[in-house]
Amino acid sequence: MKIEGRGIRVRYPGAERLPLDGVDLDVPDGELYAVVGPNGSGKSTLLKALLGVVPLDSGTVTLDGRAMEDWSRAELARHVGVVAQSESVSFPMTVREMVGMGRYPHLGALQAEGPRDREAVDQALTQADVTDLDARDVTTLSGGELQRVRIARALAQEPRALLLDEPTSSLDVRHEMAILELLRGWADEGMTVLVVTHGLNLAARFADRVLLLSQGTVAAQGTPAQVFTAEVLEAVYRWPVAVHSDHLEGVPTIRALRAGEDGRPR
Amino acid sequence: MKRTALAVLLVALLAVAVLLGVRFGSVPLSTGEAVRALFGGGEATHRTIVLELRLPRVLLGVLVGGGLALAGATFQAILRNPLAEPYILGISGGASVGAVLVLTLGLAGSGSWVLPLAAFAGALVAIGLVFRVAIASGRSMDVRVLLLAGVVVGAFFSACIAFILSVSEARTIQSAVLWIMGSLAGTSWRDVALAAVYSLPAAAVLLTLARPLNALAIGEETAQYLGTDVERVKRIALAVAALLTAAGVAVAGVIGFVGLVVPHAIRLMVGSDHRVLLPLSFLAGAAFLTLADLLARLALAPTEIPIGVITAFVGVPFFLLLLRRSMTR
Repeated sequence: MKIEGRGIRVRYPGAERLPLDGVDLDVPDGELYAVVGPNGSGKSTLLKALLGVVPLDSGTVTLDGRAMEDWSRAELARHVGVVAQSESVSFPMTVREMVGMGRYPHLGALQAEGPRDREAVDQALTQADVTDLDARDVTTLSGGELQRVRIARALAQEPRALLLDEPTSSLDVRHEMAILELLRGWADEGMTVLVVTHGLNLAARFADRVLLLSQGTVAAQGTPAQVFTAEVLEAVYRWPVAVHSDHLEGVPTIRALRAGEDGRPR
Repeated sequence: MKRTALAVLLVALLAVAVLLGVRFGSVPLSTGEAVRALFGGGEATHRTIVLELRLPRVLLGVLVGGGLALAGATFQAILRNPLAEPYILGISGGASVGAVLVLTLGLAGSGSWVLPLAAFAGALVAIGLVFRVAIASGRSMDVRVLLLAGVVVGAFFSACIAFILSVSEARTIQSAVLWIMGSLAGTSWRDVALAAVYSLPAAAVLLTLARPLNALAIGEETAQYLGTDVERVKRIALAVAALLTAAGVAVAGVIGFVGLVVPHAIRLMVGSDHRVLLPLSFLAGAAFLTLADLLARLALAPTEIPIGVITAFVGVPFFLLLLRRSMTR
């Protein structure tokens, strides 16, 4: 699925600064696209704006060439899976029930799940590597397990695009790498994957294309090598960085410098 | 516990509760006499007792108990708050002010048809006020604002009741307090019809919203990504549950704990899938209130205990036990 945004501007009632002020982006079909930027630069707001959850003040979003407003919520949910930054799991339910909710957009109000739905849930559980958890109560899962279960639920929607907001922010290295390897694999199989992340090095290693946001505007967009230059990153993050080319993978490696390391006083 | 097993158990329990409700009362009848009267046979006085006095009272208990439990489960899902219950939006306060007002002004005695009407009107005022505040605060309805507004409006109505009672005569105060504590005494078929006309369609609407309620229970943002029209579902479900509560309060007074305890008990036994939780809560609430009313009538006969006292006396220890068991599991 192709996702295009033109001049996206979002205004929160009462706030002076615009969280998004004229953002253009092109997410090509079947690529892993990373959105990075400092805290408060508008990453999460951009994801919500692309999905019509926050209203646009001006600008347009099209999904597969069709205006976002023309998609109904249920229709959108049949094509786009989303893993939001957080959700409240206040009542007990099993992992299978939770992942089964991914089938809701495919079902009528009183229609029961059929064999096709159970198959999709089984497949999603397998893909996210949580099959052995299927009878567990979600309120007893660890952070890494819950995150994979939430990804499984989005996969059960059988989406053509998957959008994730900081999916690995609370995870250890193993779970972080496992999830990004999964996302990379799905992008290689043709799914469009958009991931909001603070991990610059992860974005550099896994993403086909990167969007760098700064105070609600686009600071840079392109391949990791194009976007991740010391000059651009220092200006956006207001912290000295060194960027090297990783000699194994040939991708940029970003290192934030310690005080005095760059020879400049601070 | 297996869902079907619990469903079968609850249906059986409800049937037993209804039978016990028509079998026992201040006039002693044998089981045979009660059953014969129920099917239109036996002595005329027995038929009057069973068909005109006991049966409507039992059926009202079924409708109000089921309705309160259903409304409670709905409020808990939408407000994402395990402490939510049907009266959380100030509905009981509004209804009580309506009832107390007509009792004090001498517009109605405790059996009059004006009383449920005034209580329903009071409940509608409370609902209207709380919804108005929550929707006016922005384009979408904020459930946190709704919750706070409900608590504050409830407190205001409590003050109104205290004020009205403070200037009332002792006799009026007693009938007002008894009304507030809830009772199914003196139920007529008209009350049953009133409750049924509203409760049954409302229950049907809530059952069709079971899946969206599942999605809403994990958060409004994620519910949207799962294809739910969140604003629509919130407004319909809250309005229907609020009116369901208002109808129950209007005919039976403020009966506490059914709407809080029953959904939790069911949830602890079969989980939070609202497609199971909602119908089973209705059955359990209906059986619970019918049995509580039986106890209210028989425990200190001929004096009747307010039914709200029974629901609390029975519901609270049962719930605490269940809670403890779920913690140690």
